Amino acid sequence: MDAQNQKVLGEKALELASKQRVISVAEFFEKNRHLLGFDNPRRALLTVVKEAVDNALDACEEAGILPEIIVEIHQLAEDRYRVIVEDNGPGIVKQQIPHIFARLLYGSKFHKLSQSRGQQGIGISAAVLYAQLTTGKATKITSKIANDKAHFYELMIDTAHNKPLITAESAVEWSKQHGTRIEMDIQASYMKGLQSVDEYLKQTAIVNPHATIIYLNPKQEQFIFQRVVEELPKPPKEIKPHILGVELGALMKMLQHSSQRTLKSFLTENFSRLGSNTAIEICKEAKIDYNVNPKTLTRDDCERILKAVKHVKIKAPPTDCLSPITAEQLEKGLRKEIDAEFFTAVSRQPSVYRGNPFIVEVAVAYGGNQPSDKQARLLRFANRVPLLYQQGACALTKAVTSVNWKSYGLQQPSGSLPVGPLTIAVHIASVWVPFVSESKDAIASYPEIIQEVRLALQEVGRRLALYIRKKHRVKEELKKRSYIEKYIPHIAESIGEILELQPEQVQVLKQDLFEILEKTRKPVEELKQENPEFDEEFAKIGIEEPSKGEDHEAS
Amino acid sequence: MKPAKKTQDSKQNVLQLIQSRVEAIKQAILEKKHPELAIPLRNLSNVEYSSQGFFEIKDKVKIRRLTAATAKTFAQTLRMIALSKQLLNQVDIATKREVYYVSKNWGDVRFNEQPESDAVMDDIEAMFRVNREQLGFIPEEDGAAIVGDLKVIDKNPLTGEEEVIDCKKMGSGGWNIPNSVERLQFEPGKVDIILAIETSSMYQRLAYHRWWKKSKALLASLRGVPSRATRRFLRRLNEEHGIPVVVFTDGDPYGWLNIYRTLKVGSGNAAHINKYFCVPKARFIGITAKDIIEYELPTHPLKEQDFKRIDDGLKNDPFVKHYKEWQQELKQLKKLKKRAEQQALASKGLNYVMSNYLPEKLSDEKKWLP
Repeated sequence: MDAQNQKVLGEKALELASKQRVISVAEFFEKNRHLLGFDNPRRALLTVVKEAVDNALDACEEAGILPEIIVEIHQLAEDRYRVIVEDNGPGIVKQQIPHIFARLLYGSKFHKLSQSRGQQGIGISAAVLYAQLTTGKATKITSKIANDKAHFYELMIDTAHNKPLITAESAVEWSKQHGTRIEMDIQASYMKGLQSVDEYLKQTAIVNPHATIIYLNPKQEQFIFQRVVEELPKPPKEIKPHILGVELGALMKMLQHSSQRTLKSFLTENFSRLGSNTAIEICKEAKIDYNVNPKTLTRDDCERILKAVKHVKIKAPPTDCLSPITAEQLEKGLRKEIDAEFFTAVSRQPSVYRGNPFIVEVAVAYGGNQPSDKQARLLRFANRVPLLYQQGACALTKAVTSVNWKSYGLQQPSGSLPVGPLTIAVHIASVWVPFVSESKDAIASYPEIIQEVRLALQEVGRRLALYIRKKHRVKEELKKRSYIEKYIPHIAESIGEILELQPEQVQVLKQDLFEILEKTRKPVEELKQENPEFDEEFAKIGIEEPSKGEDHEAS
Repeated sequence: MKPAKKTQDSKQNVLQLIQSRVEAIKQAILEKKHPELAIPLRNLSNVEYSSQGFFEIKDKVKIRRLTAATAKTFAQTLRMIALSKQLLNQVDIATKREVYYVSKNWGDVRFNEQPESDAVMDDIEAMFRVNREQLGFIPEEDGAAIVGDLKVIDKNPLTGEEEVIDCKKMGSGGWNIPNSVERLQFEPGKVDIILAIETSSMYQRLAYHRWWKKSKALLASLRGVPSRATRRFLRRLNEEHGIPVVVFTDGDPYGWLNIYRTLKVGSGNAAHINKYFCVPKARFIGITAKDIIEYELPTHPLKEQDFKRIDDGLKNDPFVKHYKEWQQELKQLKKLKKRAEQQALASKGLNYVMSNYLPEKLSDEKKWLP
């Protein structure tokens, strides 16, 4: 390479360097809003409601309050909506309000391991940012903690620095004892259907029977999802991370910030289910002195430690930290939604993926008025939150399609959901749900998770098969009985015709034939088919309505 | 024995069979027993190649016991027996298709498709071991086309008037053998042999050239597997007038086993009536596996179903098992992996079949197969 060329390249590098600078997280998301679930106006509306409701439920449950949540959506212009979400949670301390709502990646849940809806501290501030980007308006927050005045803020985000911008604030009177209210104007579009806000809130009610949700949609239809359980779910416990789930970088960071004096105590105090014997064993396996100061460990040491833990038997993380819906509640939820003949549900024992405990629950509803020529409907939930998008990319879906439903008496095109009058609800609860993207629509395909879901599905599948076979038997039996009714007279009459018998003789033959055939039949088994818990009004929510004619409105 | 008397006997005989069989069913019912119908099995496993030269039915039967599952077929069988009795009493007939339509008046036990009613008809036929014509049922299938020096005397069933058909005067076409041939009488002219031909295109070539004059052969176009009437017609000419029958088919397992074998010894399905509906003395002149090689005929590869038919024939067909010649033919064809159609002879010249192939074959009985 000659000197001239070298010089040109050097100048180019300098030129590039002048353009290289830090990108703030807020700026990044401004350009990549699809990553957070704001890719189109319809979905944006759902995402905004979802983030606010998830936060509201989390806040109430953490404070031990039975949630009562008000959701209102008002249409302001053709593509502009106002979303209001109000909860009866504990409220937020004044100083924290701007940070929680107007700073991305600010939150209480990222650094701890505990089953909750929110994880990253992105959701609600991303909604605030979306409002600001599409309508230019600030988000209005009112929050009140018990025995204090309510505080009102108008907030925007300084995207260049990822900091809150307070455009107005005041102390206000609020009749509520405690709670938080968020109000934002966004560009959006409202539609009913399987991916609508209506459907989302309905499904939320199904898996959160302890919450009351009062919802007013843009059509001014009010729905009250009444609390059906007067008890909060068992509060999830916070746990320490498990060493099998820790990555190299995270371990290095933890070591840097450690306050322990020895590596042994660092290990026992920072990780779950790791006693001093195990810690010593790990250190031996890694050939590192367990009395060494953790801050002095090098990258290579860390790598050796992570290699060593794979060869040492370490107790699985505790699983009492999880709060499942329970099979009974999940089935109850389905009963309300679907007018089916057969329901069953399974709650698996807790299991672990990459050091994170999780639990899988499955419920199915079969038969009734569900279409028998269509694919089964799949309801997916993670930590009590309905997942409405990206069904195909989700591990829960993969688990369902990987099960051989044909052996349970259903049809199944290869690699697809089963076909039949069936609804399948799958719930995964975990201290850390591995979503494939920040928009939290689909769960990553960890083999342990898929396996657990499969086992749960196989169990409900076996129960379902028993029912389907029984139903088939009963149907066959009834069919055979109807054959007797239908065909016996023909046999008697033909004999009468051929042998030229009198009508009375034919009648005797008929009676005898019935007797001969009936006496060999077993009694018909009973099929229980009622579902008294079915709520027709509830089931209708979220369903796309056919476009009504004008005259319809007039009457 | 006069035909009219024979018909009368057969009718009384069948009516008696019906009476006694149905009476037995009635008795079983009155004794609170599940009534049963015993129907002879009709397939190759239940026939043997008898010393008289046809497939004779053995004694395997299927028992149809009245249960909920069989109630419908049971009722249909009885309905059809009742229909047969009615036809016999009224001296009427019904085609298979008509029977299917009559069943539409039977309410819940009506047939949905004709094959269902045909199957029940076959069952009844076998049950009484009679020909379906004796039950008053006739097929709608055509018999073969005939051309050659033969007079057929038919009778108008309405007037009893005699009608003479001269099979010489059929032009380039032919006279169609009717459904029932029992009432026909024959006056053969200069006929030395009957040539039964598989395909109508080969038949048409020979008829067009009036080849029957030169060869003194009566030509019959089988159009695939010969119908019962065709088989009976050829049998009567063969037996009553001593005219030999030779068969000319494609050189493939279908031509040999389905067409020739059925013509000669009958079929598994019609085993109960083969006795009358086959031509045990028929012989095969071609196309043989040897012809394919000797005449260097253009061929097509054997299809999977051909191989299956060969294997099935070697393994299960009592006729093939009886004749080494046919076993050899089938094995040779399997080895060649090829089949040849009658029309393949046209590759030597359109009229080669008349000028060379048939004369060579007909003149040398040693070249015929049993």
